[in-house]
Amino acid sequence: MPAAQPAPLTLVPPAADAAPRTIVDVRNLTLTYQTTDQPVYALSDVSLSISKGDFISLIGPSGCGKTTLMRVVADLEQPTSGEVTVNGMTPEQARLKRAYGYVFQAPALYPWRTVERNVMLPLEIMGLPRAERQQRAREQLDLVGLSGFERKFPWQLSGGMQQRVSIARALAFNPDLLLMDEPFGALDEITRDHLNLQLTRLWLGTRKTCIFVTHSIAEAVFLSTRIVVMSPRPGRILDVIDCDRDLPRERTLDIRESPEFQRIAHRVREGLMEGHSYDD
Amino acid sequence: MTTRKTLPVVVMALAVLVLWYLGAVWLNAPTATDALNRAGHGWTTADLIRATLAMKRPILPTPDQVALDLYNSLTGYPVTSIRNLLYHTGVTAGAALAGFGMGVALGVALAAGIVQARTLESSLLPWVIASQTVPILAIAPMIVVILGNLGFTGLLPKAIIAMYLCFFPITIGMVKGLRSADPLTLDLMRTYSAGTAQTFRLLRLPASLPYLFTSLKIAVAASVVGAIVAELPTGGQAGLGARLLSGSYYGQTVQIWSALVMAALLSVTLVAVVGLAERALVPGGRGGAR
Repeated sequence: MPAAQPAPLTLVPPAADAAPRTIVDVRNLTLTYQTTDQPVYALSDVSLSISKGDFISLIGPSGCGKTTLMRVVADLEQPTSGEVTVNGMTPEQARLKRAYGYVFQAPALYPWRTVERNVMLPLEIMGLPRAERQQRAREQLDLVGLSGFERKFPWQLSGGMQQRVSIARALAFNPDLLLMDEPFGALDEITRDHLNLQLTRLWLGTRKTCIFVTHSIAEAVFLSTRIVVMSPRPGRILDVIDCDRDLPRERTLDIRESPEFQRIAHRVREGLMEGHSYDD
Repeated sequence: MTTRKTLPVVVMALAVLVLWYLGAVWLNAPTATDALNRAGHGWTTADLIRATLAMKRPILPTPDQVALDLYNSLTGYPVTSIRNLLYHTGVTAGAALAGFGMGVALGVALAAGIVQARTLESSLLPWVIASQTVPILAIAPMIVVILGNLGFTGLLPKAIIAMYLCFFPITIGMVKGLRSADPLTLDLMRTYSAGTAQTFRLLRLPASLPYLFTSLKIAVAASVVGAIVAELPTGGQAGLGARLLSGSYYGQTVQIWSALVMAALLSVTLVAVVGLAERALVPGGRGGAR
């Protein structure tokens, strides 16, 4: 298992990317579910290229295929047609090499494992020695601000803390790519703001490539370098908005009051309105 | 605080005792009336009630008669004696536990097979269910005879009959338990490119434990029933079943009831032990399925 030995986590300074390397490349992706009465077009002719270090948000109403798109990248769904490469490999090869960490909508922690042993789970599957597993788990828990909770069980933690454990777990084996499917969707707004801030710091510190699915315009604009606006029936990309030009990489919550932020948020909202037919 | 806990228990126990005594008077009254009439002199209702509660071979013995018989049997003879009820309880418990162990192994193996290989669900599960429609009383003598012909006597035939009764709840519970893992957690294992064996060991098995222990409680009680049923056709040398049989041969209803009470105590004890094991082995006490 060559991919089972990732490099230790290092903080890369946010230097000017010389030639951004493509991490995820999606070309003419179509995914159709065959149901009994009629086919459902979950994704229709979607193309998207994601460079190293990008923070991409997929935003759109329910049924626009944003989660499906991410699940295809993660090799959890099979496309009907089209090409997807992850790190130059097929999604399946990338999954087998553990190229990405996946954070689900629910924390999906194992209730019979302590917080620490939950974070150690992927490392255990990779066959790392026990001492290293524990050391890495502690590092990751520290990174998400959960030092001191190692021996707690998941049900002893709040929803926001549980989701942070699941982020620590996704980061534990140090993948280059982080896939997050509405990780803060079930949390209250105050917790969500707090976690957004933590996540943007984490992203700046680790320089991971992130794909982030969300319903929230503010969250998308705050976190992203690029926002992909999607629309349903069939699921397709309406607009790709570059936030990096107008907003600094390092962001604080105040930035949400700035006119640049408002302008981007407005454009996202326009895109969503355009793509969504509210008559059904 | 303790009264709140003990009061319902005491009230329930008293209610059972009162009903038991009333039942004894009611059921024993005809025989007792006969005896009093034959004695010739007149008798009152109080005489009748006193007679029904102190019969040598009552239809339904009273709790104090059973308790006295239990006490005499347990203290009057050494534990190794065939007259000590504890000796018989030990024989039955040995067979029940051996059968329980075999039943757990068989039940878990069947469930793992059914969960891992879809084809086994349609091909194997009907046979598992069909096996439970055969009355154990009908099949037990056959198993004893067949195994006796093959040279197996004593514990093994009884254990096999106990196993026959107790693997079923374990299979059914484990199939449900092994499938109880959240689809999200299964996706998670896939993103780690975990193998089937790893997914089974790290996710499916621990997720199934709460289901397994529920099944184990049913199964361990069933294994006692199985062992007792198996002792009925073996000719009655030792075991609670043999005591029941000899009691009914000689009309010793008190002896039958003592054996029944011992069987109940044995089951309660075994279920309690499984409960303790559950508390020790299922961390957090919140179960696997959320």
